[in-house]
Amino acid sequence: MSAMRVALRPIWIVLCKELRESLRERRTLFSALLLGPVFVPALFAMMLNLMIRHGSSEADAPLEVAVSHGERAPNLVSQLAQYGISVLRVDYDDRAARAAVQSRRHRLVLLIPDVYARQFEAGAPAPLLLYADSSDGTDEQARARLRSVLTQYSSGLARLRLLARGIDPLVLSAVALQDVDVATPASRSVLALGMLSYLLLLTMFTGGLYLAIDATAGERERGSLEPLLTVPVPRAQLIYGKILAACAFMLLSLTLTVTAIAVVLSHVGLERFGMSANFGPATALAAIACCAPLAPLGAALMTIVAASTRTYREAQTYVGLMLFVPTLPLVFAGAVGLKPSTALMAVPFLSQHFLITSLLRAERIPAAQLVISVGTALALGAILIAIAGRLYRREALLG
Amino acid sequence: MIEIRGLCKRFGAVTAIRDVTMRAADGCITGLLGPNGAGKSTTLRILYTVLRADEGDAQVDGVSVTQAPLEARRRIGVLPHGAGIYPHLSARENIVYFGALHGLARAECEERAAQLLEMLEMQDFAERPANGFSQGQRLKTALARALVHGPQNVILDEPTNGLDVMAVRNLRALLVRLRAHGHCVLFSSHVMQEVAALCDEVVVIAHGSVVASGTQDEIRARAGRSDLEEAFVRIIGSVEGLA
Repeated sequence: MSAMRVALRPIWIVLCKELRESLRERRTLFSALLLGPVFVPALFAMMLNLMIRHGSSEADAPLEVAVSHGERAPNLVSQLAQYGISVLRVDYDDRAARAAVQSRRHRLVLLIPDVYARQFEAGAPAPLLLYADSSDGTDEQARARLRSVLTQYSSGLARLRLLARGIDPLVLSAVALQDVDVATPASRSVLALGMLSYLLLLTMFTGGLYLAIDATAGERERGSLEPLLTVPVPRAQLIYGKILAACAFMLLSLTLTVTAIAVVLSHVGLERFGMSANFGPATALAAIACCAPLAPLGAALMTIVAASTRTYREAQTYVGLMLFVPTLPLVFAGAVGLKPSTALMAVPFLSQHFLITSLLRAERIPAAQLVISVGTALALGAILIAIAGRLYRREALLG
Repeated sequence: MIEIRGLCKRFGAVTAIRDVTMRAADGCITGLLGPNGAGKSTTLRILYTVLRADEGDAQVDGVSVTQAPLEARRRIGVLPHGAGIYPHLSARENIVYFGALHGLARAECEERAAQLLEMLEMQDFAERPANGFSQGQRLKTALARALVHGPQNVILDEPTNGLDVMAVRNLRALLVRLRAHGHCVLFSSHVMQEVAALCDEVVVIAHGSVVASGTQDEIRARAGRSDLEEAFVRIIGSVEGLA
C-alpha cells in the first residue's frame, strides 16, 4: 500500500502542477472552457433552428400558383382556394408559361387549355398543363402539394360521375393504401441531432489539446524538460501525470459542453415540431458516461503525437490534424449505413456515436454492448498510455 | 564526488565523446573547459542521466549513473544548458514543484524554498509569475530549483551564457559558497577567463576527448607556457571556438 503511494505521488504532483499551470494559461482555458462549451452549443442551436424553420415553413407556407385562363374552369379554381392555394390570375399561352417558369417569375403555372370545358362536358379526360422546373429541388414540395389537390379534385368528380351512372364509386378502390409512420418524437429528433456525438467527441478532444502540447512539445521548447528529467522519478511516471492532466481537462470540457447543450436544447423547443429532444439531466449524464472512457485514449494519442514532434508549431499542426481521427469511423459508418451491433461496439468513436444515438432515441442499450464499448476504449487507452511511457524513455525526446 | 571512467557516446555515425575520464572532488570547483562542440554537454548529460553512455560509467558519491540512475539523481543538482522554468508558475512554485518531485514533504519543500529565496536574494520576485522574469531572475530560479533537495554534487552546463556582469558575479559567489560548504561543483564553459577565475581543477576537453587535466599550475607547467590562455591554445591545438 505504501509502495503504491510512493509510486503514485510523483504522478499526482505532475498532474496537479500541469492543471495549475493550465488554469493560468489563457489559450488552454479558452479552448477547453470557452470554445467547446460555449461556441459549439451556440452553433448547434443555430443549425437546429435553421433546420426546423426550413422544415416547418415548407409545409405551412401559403402556396401561390399562377393560373392562366382560370375562367375556363371556375370550379377548379375555387377548389384550389379552399386548400389554401392562392391563385394568381395570368394570361399566358404555352410559350409564355414556359418562359415564366424558366425565368423564375413563377414557381408553378397551371394552364387551362381552351378544349378543357368541351372535354369536361363530354365526360372525357379534360387536359391541364402544369409547368414547373424539376431541376430546382425547392419546387418539388410545392408541385407535389398542387398535384395532390388536383388529383383529389379529379377523383371527387369521377366518383360523382359514377354515382350519376348508378355505379358504386367504391369499385374504383381495389386496394386502400395507408401510410403508418412509426417514427416517435424522440427518433425524429435523431436526424437533427445526428452530429451531436461528433461535436461532443470533438470538443472533448479540443479541451485537452493545448495541455497535451504544452506539457510535451512546449515543455521541451521552453527548456524545462531537461531539468525535469533529472529528478529521481521514472520518466514514464512524469508522462502519466501529464496524460492524466489532459484527461482531466477533456472531461471538464465534455461536462461543460453536455451541460450547455442540455440547456440549449431545452430552449430551442423541438417539441413544437413533433420532436422530443429527450435530453434531460439523466440523458446528459449518460452521454458524458459514454464519451468519458475515450478520454484516456484521446489524451494518450495527443500526447504521443505532440511528444514525437520537434517543435511546438509542428505539434500544433499534427495534433490539430488528429482531431479528424474521431470523424473517420463516423463518416465510414454514415457512408456504408452501419447499424449498431455488438462487434462494432469494439470500434472506438463509432461505438460512442451509436450509444449516444441510442440515448437520443430513448432506446434500451444492451448491457453487453455497453461493456464492450467502455472496455475497448479503456483498454486501448491503457495501451496508448503504455506506449507514451515507452516513448518518454527515448533519448531523442530531448530533441 | 564525481568520477567518470572511459565514457563513450555515439550519435549515429558521429562519435561525440571518446574515452572521457575525469574526477571532480568535494570541496572543489572543477571546470570543464573546451570549445563549442567538444563534448562538454554530452559528458554532463550522461552524468546527470538524461543520456545513456555507450561505454564506460560514471559514479556520483560511489553510485553508478548507469546502474542506479534514480539513486544518482538524488545526489546531484543540475542546471542544464539553457534551462527553462515554468512561465505560469511563480519562482517559489517552480522551486517547490521540484522539491516535491525529489520526494520532499510539503513542509520541507516550503522551508527549503524559503531558505533558497533568501540565500539567492529572490524575495522581490518570489511570488511573481515567471514569464516576466529577466535572464538573471530566471537563472536564480533555475539554480534554486537545482539546489532544492540539498544535493552534495552540483552540475552546471554553461551557466553564465547570456548573463550580465552582475548576474555572473552573483553566480560566482554562489559557487564559491557551495565549495566552502564542502560541495562538489562541476561546471562547463567555453570562456577561459571564467574558468581561470573560479576553478581549482580544470579538465580540458577537445574533439570528444580529455586533452589535459589538473590544477591551473599543472596545466601551465604541462604546456610549458606561463600564460594560461597560451597554455590552453597550445593544448587544444587551435584557437577555434575558444572565447
